[in-house]
Amino acid sequence: MSVRIGVVVFPGSNCDRDTTHALALAGAEPVELWHEQASLDGVAGVILPGGFAYGDYVRAGVIARFSPVMRSVAGFAADGGLVLGICNGFQVLAEAGLVPGAMLRNRGLRFLGRDVRIAVEHGDTPFTHLAGPRRPLRMPIAHGEGCFFADSETLDDLEANGRVLFRYVREDGTVAGEVDDPANPNGSLRAIAGVRNAAGNVAGLMPHPERASEGLLGSDDGFGLIRSFVESAAAAARAVAAARAGTAVEVATR
Amino acid sequence: MSIEFRFAVNVTPKPGILDPQGRAVEGSLTHLGIEGVSGVRVGRRVELTVSADDEVLARATAERLASELLSNPLIEAYRVELLEATSSTTSEAQGAG
Repeated sequence: MSVRIGVVVFPGSNCDRDTTHALALAGAEPVELWHEQASLDGVAGVILPGGFAYGDYVRAGVIARFSPVMRSVAGFAADGGLVLGICNGFQVLAEAGLVPGAMLRNRGLRFLGRDVRIAVEHGDTPFTHLAGPRRPLRMPIAHGEGCFFADSETLDDLEANGRVLFRYVREDGTVAGEVDDPANPNGSLRAIAGVRNAAGNVAGLMPHPERASEGLLGSDDGFGLIRSFVESAAAAARAVAAARAGTAVEVATR
Repeated sequence: MSIEFRFAVNVTPKPGILDPQGRAVEGSLTHLGIEGVSGVRVGRRVELTVSADDEVLARATAERLASELLSNPLIEAYRVELLEATSSTTSEAQGAG
């Protein structure tokens, strides 16, 4: 049985269909979760897709943070559930305090839609373990507010504890600069493109792996990240099922 | 009797936070022939009315809204400013006059 993965749909989400498509390609059963529903329908992992949730009014991601579904996602994350935020989904996670940092307006002020290259800093996480040997990964960005910001103490802490998952890099794989380097198009501090929380079960990134998940789209470099998530969620679901079965056996032997 | 308190919440980027909008405004000043302007920071102002029994309660509501929704404490500072307070009886009296 394929693993069920939730894709949250906010009013203004626009990558939900791309995400469900990529999840299905990776063998998962995608489940759309409407923003007004509090139940997560028993999914084994949740992806917050890209878009402009609630029009990105006030600040990208902030209004989505208070939706019924996000309260459930926060509870799911607190219980160790796997959550991945892509682009606007990353902004929602940051606003909700589920991952560190905040996204500022791109340094150049413009909305940017183009390919970037990112390096996978840690290949041993639930989000990256099937990223594949190809480096760096090429996939698109599409955002106006993607300049990752955190104070220097937080940045040091993220780096020291392996919580920087992805960095913008140049074609040759060297880490991009912060200012006036086209390889870091939004000017993110320390060229950070994605991070995870301290527990390691919640991650976000600005680039779109789901839009680079088959050769037809020009790159399938992102598919390894989608597959990593699906496999990790499937493993989590198996562990839950095994624990339940164990409990059932215990009850039966009493 | 509840009173209507009109507040303005002023949200600004914290000192040291990159503000490309402010920089863009500053950069355009030369085109206008304006000199001697610096330190431009672009923020956001939200005006709203809170109905409450007194100013302390009304301000607490406005502060909560400002800190949880209208600003992100990592990158923005906010200031709540009372613009005007109108009690419903006063406005009725004005209406009668």
